[in-house]
Amino acid sequence: MHAPAVPEVSLPRRRIGRVREFLYFARRDRKIFVSLLIISSLAVVALVGPFLRDYGPNEYVGPGMQAPSSEYWFGTTTFGQDVFVQFVHGLGATFFVGIVGGGLAAVIGMTVGFVAGYRGGLIDEVLNMLTNVVLVIPTLMVLIVVVAYVNARGLLVEAIFIGFTAWPWAARAIRAQTMSLRSRDFVDLARLTGVGTRRIISGEIAPNMSSYLMLTFILLFGNAVLIAATLDFIGLGPTEGISLGLMMNNAVLWSALQLGMWWWFIPPGLGIVLIVGSLYVMNVGLDQIFNPRLRKL
Amino acid sequence: MGKLELKGVNKVYRVGTFGGDTLHAVKDVSFTAEPGQIISLIGESGSGKSTIGKMILRLTRVSSGQILFDGKDVSTLKGADLRPYQRRVQGVFQDPFSSYNPIFKADRVFGMVKDTFYGDVSRSEWDGRVWQALKDVALDPDGVLGKYPHQLSGGQLQRMLVARALLLDIDFLVADEIISMLDASTRVDVLNLLGDLKAGGLGVLFVTHDLSLGNYISDRAIILRKGRIVESGKTADVFDHPSHPYTQMLLESVPALHGGRDPGLWADRKGRCLFHERYPQADATAPATAQDLSLAEIEPGHLVTCAHVDEPERCPDSRRAA
Amino acid sequence: MTLRVDDLKVYYTTLAGDVRALDGVTFEIADGEIMGLAGESGCGKTTLGNSLIRLDGRMRHVGGSVELDGQVLPIGDSEAMDRHRFHDISVVPQYAMSALNPTRKIGRMSRELIESRGIRYASVKDVYEMRLGLVGLRESVLDLYPMELSGGMKQRVVMVLSTLLDPSLLIADEITSALDVSTQKAVAESLVGLRDHAFVKSMLVITHDLSILHEVADTILIMYAGHLAEKAPADVIIDRPRHPYTKLLISSLPEVGVRFEDKRLAGIPGRPPSLLDPPAGCRFRARCPLADEQCLEQPPFVDVGEGHQLACWKVS
Repeated sequence: MHAPAVPEVSLPRRRIGRVREFLYFARRDRKIFVSLLIISSLAVVALVGPFLRDYGPNEYVGPGMQAPSSEYWFGTTTFGQDVFVQFVHGLGATFFVGIVGGGLAAVIGMTVGFVAGYRGGLIDEVLNMLTNVVLVIPTLMVLIVVVAYVNARGLLVEAIFIGFTAWPWAARAIRAQTMSLRSRDFVDLARLTGVGTRRIISGEIAPNMSSYLMLTFILLFGNAVLIAATLDFIGLGPTEGISLGLMMNNAVLWSALQLGMWWWFIPPGLGIVLIVGSLYVMNVGLDQIFNPRLRKL
Repeated sequence: MGKLELKGVNKVYRVGTFGGDTLHAVKDVSFTAEPGQIISLIGESGSGKSTIGKMILRLTRVSSGQILFDGKDVSTLKGADLRPYQRRVQGVFQDPFSSYNPIFKADRVFGMVKDTFYGDVSRSEWDGRVWQALKDVALDPDGVLGKYPHQLSGGQLQRMLVARALLLDIDFLVADEIISMLDASTRVDVLNLLGDLKAGGLGVLFVTHDLSLGNYISDRAIILRKGRIVESGKTADVFDHPSHPYTQMLLESVPALHGGRDPGLWADRKGRCLFHERYPQADATAPATAQDLSLAEIEPGHLVTCAHVDEPERCPDSRRAA
Repeated sequence: MTLRVDDLKVYYTTLAGDVRALDGVTFEIADGEIMGLAGESGCGKTTLGNSLIRLDGRMRHVGGSVELDGQVLPIGDSEAMDRHRFHDISVVPQYAMSALNPTRKIGRMSRELIESRGIRYASVKDVYEMRLGLVGLRESVLDLYPMELSGGMKQRVVMVLSTLLDPSLLIADEITSALDVSTQKAVAESLVGLRDHAFVKSMLVITHDLSILHEVADTILIMYAGHLAEKAPADVIIDRPRHPYTKLLISSLPEVGVRFEDKRLAGIPGRPPSLLDPPAGCRFRARCPLADEQCLEQPPFVDVGEGHQLACWKVS
């Protein structure tokens, strides 16, 4: 189209800075505030909690099947393990998997997405094929095979596995955004100035998508937590240590529900729901801030 | 220094599902831009004019043909090999606000030029050059440096892009609809700037859909239709004596403020195919190459193509049926 | 008198404050008149066009009134305006061409649109097809998808649809801007045809392109920074403008025949003022060659004879 797109109103020459604008909406939006509060509280508990007791989560420290008391805040398991200590350690494990697994998925997804979206052509085709293959692989089957060969698995292995399998949707989304930004004139101007591909992606395209990238990471984080909890719950998680999913696995295994030991499975379940739920809600809230069209003035 | 030649340039896009169809956006375009001239490339939407501009700037690949700058073919260069060419030939685009990355300050575009081409120039020397370049485009440096794009007007942004090109000490500028998104009261000032720069030796390819602008500023005019050159020549010749039905139609359709062109000026050329008057089809033994049949010179420097080019069923010339 | 606008004020609400896009505008459109509304970006012409038919979420009706055929239009109340839209006042918006649903054939889209307004399609179908014919479109266009139509054809379809119920006023917002010069002429002629056939009583044609207005408009209204600058019959504005802004604007337009070497045209230095915090008095003051202290006071929009009105201390 070669016609001037005449804007309907002369935009104010002086504009409120982006950070101030962001904070204005952030304060007004309860979703972000509340979810941020929940997540940071849980993070603090995960950091500080383990120091409140000097024994580990899987040690047998007291009489089994105790309801919550002043000594054992979340009661004890069938074997006399402190549920509260398990909980705070489990929270730490969950955050670890979320950050490492989600972070790894984000890095892979961004690399694939940016390169495929910017270069197009054959490279795009190849990367798309790779993305589709990883998307379609039944990760559970692969994991079962891996588990059969590797006896001892740690948290890191689980996080890496999640990182390598959870990235396809992120790559797709980033590719789409990159493709639309690539056709903007300032990218052409950078090319005309002899700027190379890598610097165009890192210097022109990614900064324009910074909010989108943040949202993607938040979703990957939440996703990783959920996947880890699921894997742990069905017994494909780490063989040592404790996590929220593993707690739930044990609780079910030892009939906690039937025996009325609600203190064993409610904290971990609630923990997972709060983390993942808050992340998703925060995502929605941030999206409303970043996307001017969704804003309510 | 600064002569640009296009020889038989074509651009073919693959379109349709599974890339089955082709879109021949630029058909066999050849012309020469002598140093220090303003040439307008005039066409409506779909004429391929922007595609030609992008091919000259090497932002798009050339499907076939050659683009020679000072005798050297640049149509196949890639990557860092293009840098010497980019120092001599630059472009300014239509939308001033889209040409700047909105999250950075506008003068970043100058910094990018320094990083790639003038890394060894000292900061203070560079700042001096930027200052001078801004003054050369009639901008007040204090008023535009350090500001974000949304704080500046379209006219200022376009001038800054010209200043950026001047920093590279270019010979040739591709100006692709650079004023169509500006307000009427600022357009003519930016246009005058091109005229002043031309007086200083700069060659310009002025891509536009607006005949009045082309007429105002250019020395030579090339009329494009659906990817093909239908007429070209000195601006005065083309506008006073349009010799192709398409050019005549364009001139008649332009709404004019004060009277407009008198169609009587070219009444004697209406309804004639001046190409075939020059190359009558009777001479069937003459070699028929696409190059030969493209344009006929009906007056010195004034070229025109067949009145029914791309409509072989209406053209009685058997050679064109190929 | 089809339209009477009295001291209309419409502001935009933004984080930084109120943008005073339309700050006291008064004019009239007579029956059968095609009025052109011209000005540069930010002058408020699109705001004016929009405010007559639909205020979007950011716009506020701050003052003044609008009367259509003697009846006050409740422009501040979107629901109340719904009775008038399409029936009494209609619009061809700027983006109309690209707003056609690509998955609907034209005929089906038209039917859905008309029935959504509470009118049976069968009762207007014949009139619709007849009018499409009048603007040069064949009946078969109803069986096509939007992407099979050219820009000019789409624009004419929208124009016919908008005027199907014979509204009193049609607002046409930049309807020729996105078209090639060869189709602009056809669309402009169709527009005038709608008035000549009395399908529409009066029109407000909004554009930045004065040469189109020269072809279609009876009267031209020039706006600057939210205020009216000058209003006069079309050829008076083009050939004998009196307001300094209009004069400078007209003289900055290149026409076929004018060449840089022969006559160097001049633009208007500077830019329109910010409407967030507009200057006191005449808003053109900063760029006007005739301005002095008198211009610190807002000049009224007054009659200077023969249907010619303008707002300037220096020339009235």
